Amino acid sequence: MRVRRLAAWTALPLAVTLGLAACGSGGGSGTGQSDPNAAVRIEIAEPQHLVPTNTNETSGSQVLAALFSPLVDYDEANKPYEVAAESVTSSDNKVWTVKLKDGYTFHNGEKVTADNYLDAWNYGAYAPHGQNSSYFFEKIAGYADLQGDKPAAERLSGLKKVDDLTFTVTLTEPYSEFKTMLGYTAFYPLPKAAFSGPGTLKEGYEQAPIGQGPFRMKGSWQHDAKVEVERYDAFPGEQPKVGGVEFRIYQQPTAAYADVLSDNLDVIKTIPTENLSTAATDLGDRFRQSPASSLQVLAFPTFQKEFSNPEVRKAISMAIDRDEITKSIFKDSQRPARSFVSPVVAGYRENTIGTAAEFDPAAAKAKYQAAGGPKKIELSYNGDGGHKDWIDATCNQLKANLGVDCVGTAEPKFADLLTKVKAKQPVGLFRMGWVMDYPSMENYLGPLYSTNGSSNYYGYRNPEFDKLLAEGAKAPNEEAAVAKYQAAEDLLAKDLPVIPLRYGQNNFGHSTKVKNVQMDLFDRIDLLKIEAVS
Amino acid sequence: MFRFVLRRLLQMVLAFFGTTLIVYALMFAGQGDPIQALAGERPVTPAQRAYLTEKFHLDRTGVGGFFYRYFDYLRNLLQGDLGQSLTGRSIGDILAAAWPVTVKLAVIAMAVTILFGVTAGVLAGIRRASLFDNATLVLTLLVLGIPTIVLAPLAQYLLGVRWPLFPPTAGADPDLYALLLPGIVLGSLSLATALRLTRTSVAENLRADYVRTARSKGLVRRRIIGVHVLRNSLIPVITFLGVELGNLMSGAIITEGVFNIPGVGFNLFRGIRTEDGPLVVGIVSVLVVVYLVANLVVDVLYAVLDPRIRYE
Repeated sequence: MRVRRLAAWTALPLAVTLGLAACGSGGGSGTGQSDPNAAVRIEIAEPQHLVPTNTNETSGSQVLAALFSPLVDYDEANKPYEVAAESVTSSDNKVWTVKLKDGYTFHNGEKVTADNYLDAWNYGAYAPHGQNSSYFFEKIAGYADLQGDKPAAERLSGLKKVDDLTFTVTLTEPYSEFKTMLGYTAFYPLPKAAFSGPGTLKEGYEQAPIGQGPFRMKGSWQHDAKVEVERYDAFPGEQPKVGGVEFRIYQQPTAAYADVLSDNLDVIKTIPTENLSTAATDLGDRFRQSPASSLQVLAFPTFQKEFSNPEVRKAISMAIDRDEITKSIFKDSQRPARSFVSPVVAGYRENTIGTAAEFDPAAAKAKYQAAGGPKKIELSYNGDGGHKDWIDATCNQLKANLGVDCVGTAEPKFADLLTKVKAKQPVGLFRMGWVMDYPSMENYLGPLYSTNGSSNYYGYRNPEFDKLLAEGAKAPNEEAAVAKYQAAEDLLAKDLPVIPLRYGQNNFGHSTKVKNVQMDLFDRIDLLKIEAVS
Repeated sequence: MFRFVLRRLLQMVLAFFGTTLIVYALMFAGQGDPIQALAGERPVTPAQRAYLTEKFHLDRTGVGGFFYRYFDYLRNLLQGDLGQSLTGRSIGDILAAAWPVTVKLAVIAMAVTILFGVTAGVLAGIRRASLFDNATLVLTLLVLGIPTIVLAPLAQYLLGVRWPLFPPTAGADPDLYALLLPGIVLGSLSLATALRLTRTSVAENLRADYVRTARSKGLVRRRIIGVHVLRNSLIPVITFLGVELGNLMSGAIITEGVFNIPGVGFNLFRGIRTEDGPLVVGIVSVLVVVYLVANLVVDVLYAVLDPRIRYE
């Protein structure tokens, strides 16, 4: 019978499948000798894009950090110094002159010139290209003309080529920290080979990006699997100490953690929360922590009457025991915050908020009652981000210390929370997080608290604050700028539009096969420092 | 037989369009702000928002917008274009990369189920109330009681990290050995069910009249069990396995996540998390086809096992 034979056909592949069983590989023990030709394996998530101006998440920017060399990088004090640039100078903070170092080439042999930077930046700023990091160029003159459905111009009027290795950048407003911005992914150059026509990126460029950095692509981007890079020997800058890197893509950090434990993977960038309590015993001194740029806050809708009085806001801040929550809920994976800027930027000062950030239940209650705070407090958060525990703990502290009723309200996603906040619906206090775009105090202040700030959801308005920020942007040098920004931060401490709660921390770990693993300011593994141990 | 299969195939076309409509509607109704979901907690610039809105017709809302977008999707689908995910990758490519590894995983799980589940079930059924029977009952109860979300990390930790018998994760291009552990974990649940089904069925058939007849005719025990009992006992098991094949492919979300296998479950999870409607609909459509085909194969197999069943 015909059908019976069909059944036999299905049985055959099963038997074959079972018969084949391949063997796994064995592991060698490290002797501590550095091997300059070995490749290291680093965990990332699937990047969204691998075009510099379109990449604003850490996985993509980690890969691009291997393929590209930035104009500036940051030293121990988080101040910028030149890498691919010879110099970045300005006399008035408005017109900046960028001189490039000679000798840099793209991985296809093309010489790096000023045009490569201008082409890349113009491409990124042009709105119809829909680039994620397009807003990094908004300070450059002519940016407005490139916006909208049918922009008036195709190139930024503020970018001018002087000679092959020099170009000038004219900003719309003076900005003292423009040089600091240039270390970010968005400011990498693109080779001529990346374009199929003027202003048109070649289809498939991001499958195998060509850069001018210490590593070049080995093969192309294997989606959901890995991105492999190998050392580019013609790189004129500091050479890496490994032969290549395999960026292995994981969807869940727990899987990556299991791989690091068994030396199947070399670096995990974020140890999952559920493994943090055992990480110190599992990994010993291979479990590492470093300050990250993120800042978690509870924000006030200052436009609402019950929270418009700064004294009420201060009383709530004083009733929260930050240390207890970071310790018991976060197992010290984050650190308590008492300032508005992160310790990873120049100009950071500890405890700028002062007494209002000190836990003092008795004083908090007295202050709260004197200021006439509301009887009921609501804390809104997004339910998909693991925030429930600390919100509940905070609520319990407020209940106990202020004698108010407190509820935590979960919105399904952060987007839902933002929609409600933007519509000024009464959500009570809401959680917010901030990750910097470039390591400058301004980046923690301008977008979040200035009157026209892109992420000022709290309705905070303070003309004095806006004025100080503007003065900081015009300041003749970085020190003067930082002084202005610090004065602006002091104003925030008085008004307390948000309660800074915790700084993020990188909790990373590595296998026994690598050493000298360090994390940079943008939460990326430093690929020039990492070494393989054979 | 031919007419039966043809009729079923025609029904499949209807079922296929029905499910895509329902799934598309569900994704459409549940969609909040996919652009923000994609960006996570970062602010989205107006330019980026305008670009994605235009590209994916996200401004078309309401009932009219739904049908506009659904028919747009269908039109492309009929031309073999599954569309693009929000990050600009072709969904056809995503599926082409995800399916082979999921199929491999499901086949291993299925093989484990058949090899161990059915065999042990037959043995337990023959030696009812023996030590072996009782031991398997307790064991399967245990496996049925532990959800995959516990079993998978536990197996990974014990057999991958603590005693490194297997690689802890499989990755994108795994060899069969790396897929073995995830396959066993994935198959363990259906293994337990298949075992219990087979055992009951065999035990019941052993007491049937035709077995007594066969015995009194003097047939050898091996032939009675191997041919008569087994064939009759497998009908409920085959039904179960057919449905289970679809489950194994779609239900591997947890297992694929734990063992880092970028298969269908892995992508489905990502699609749902980022509210990526076209991606979810694309994956589910293919899953529907898998279910339908698996059911058809099961129905055809009935005729093989029981010649009394005829399809017209």
